[in-house]
Amino acid sequence: MNSKKNILAAPYAVWSAVFIVIPLCMILYYGLTDKTGAFTLENIAAIASVGHARALWRSILLSVISTIICFLLAYPLAMILAEKKGRAGGFIILLFILPMWMNFLLRTLAWQTLLEKTGVINGILSFFGLPSLRIINTSYAIVLGMVYNFLPFMVLPLYNALSKIDENVINAAKDLGANKIQTFFHVILPLSVPGIISGITMVFVPALTTFVISTLLGGSKVLLIGNVIEQEFTQASNWHLGSGLSIVLMIFIIINMIVTALFEKAEN
Amino acid sequence: MKTSTSIVKKIYVALIFIFLYAPIATLIVLSFNASKTRAKWGGFTVNWYRSLIQDETILNALGTTLLIAFLSAFAASIIGTIACIAMSGMKRRNRAILMGITNIPMLNADIVTGISLMLLFISLGLKFGFGTILLSHITFNIPYVILSVLPRMKQLNPSVYEAALDLGASPVTAFFKVTLPDLMPGILSGFLMAFTMSLDDFIITHFTKGSGINTLSTKIYTEVRKGIKPEMYALSTIIFVTVLILLFLVNIAPEKKASPDSGK
Repeated sequence: MNSKKNILAAPYAVWSAVFIVIPLCMILYYGLTDKTGAFTLENIAAIASVGHARALWRSILLSVISTIICFLLAYPLAMILAEKKGRAGGFIILLFILPMWMNFLLRTLAWQTLLEKTGVINGILSFFGLPSLRIINTSYAIVLGMVYNFLPFMVLPLYNALSKIDENVINAAKDLGANKIQTFFHVILPLSVPGIISGITMVFVPALTTFVISTLLGGSKVLLIGNVIEQEFTQASNWHLGSGLSIVLMIFIIINMIVTALFEKAEN
Repeated sequence: MKTSTSIVKKIYVALIFIFLYAPIATLIVLSFNASKTRAKWGGFTVNWYRSLIQDETILNALGTTLLIAFLSAFAASIIGTIACIAMSGMKRRNRAILMGITNIPMLNADIVTGISLMLLFISLGLKFGFGTILLSHITFNIPYVILSVLPRMKQLNPSVYEAALDLGASPVTAFFKVTLPDLMPGILSGFLMAFTMSLDDFIITHFTKGSGINTLSTKIYTEVRKGIKPEMYALSTIIFVTVLILLFLVNIAPEKKASPDSGK
């Protein structure tokens, strides 16, 4: 029986070796060699050049800000939704997934229409005599686009974690004399840590590496590290440099994973 | 006191929903806009819906998108389910390695996954097109299937399968009559998840498609500079409304069915 089951593992084992492991090794290979095939660290060191370093720093800054905003917006929301037990809560959660069925490029582009100088939002603002909003083609618009696109990724894990908390635990805390704020910081928040961690990862990684949102909402003025890598592959055709910068990006993703894993361990 | 906090909560949820749905409302409005530019309202029209039916490039892209989503979700469901069955009988260490690899596409950045697959296809000398997109989509879809089938696999009672064998069923019959039906809800939700992810993917397709073929996402991306065709707004409105209706049906139908049954 067991040997039969091991044969069953073969298709996926082969598939993941060919399409997951080997491709990553190829990025390592291209990133660590030059055009002649000789070993070099130049492609990775290229991150230190002014343009690249600035793009990376901007990516980190914008993705951290977006992650924090997503968290601050999503946590109260997830708490409100988790209170609604059963069908109602589940249905509202579906309403969060529903926008994903409209192409995300189109949804992001729609923000252009909303944010433009003569766009919908400024139309409403000027109707009320308020000063107009000029954020299109700036970093602010990119942050808005990130928050808009990735907010559901923060809400869903938080909602899952919060709705699993046993009400009796919260009631026990209240019986033992904890007030609302104490209950929140000593019971609810610690119990929701797994949700917080997966929410942060699911927002931070795509925000850090995006090139689409910056292209659509930042004009061509604001370059992120994702844009730099994309251009190396599609326009400059310098795969070695692009791979080297991708390795740097992966290092940041791994750091994020390690930090969150350590945080999770400390909580346990 | 209690009512005032509940009003605050309702307003908060409403504001978030306005934030999430404002762009969608915008796109729906644009699909009825007689003016070709996004910037101004030129009156109500359904012309874009009419010309959509004749727009072959958009319909081709739609066909490619749906076909790839269906085929990749289907293939991923089969490979992923088989992998789950295999993993249940594996040694702990091997299983941990395979699960670790499974997590890579989920945790890694899409741009890195896309680039890595592009480098692979180039070095294999594959012709970029439908096939390479399909292979890529199957690859990033398998983890979604595994993560939704594996929990059901753990809930399976192995004695039921063994009972079927004792009663004379062949392993294959026992699998299809006993194990598979039990796994079906997990497989179905994995399939749906994979289908959705494939439909919405842009980044990985962007790097693995080559020229001459477009999914809706890559088609939209090439149109960004010169301006999106209004037919695209019409199409996405149709897709959105269809899914909305399906969701309502799925969510309301079980409620109606449940009430007469509960009397039995």
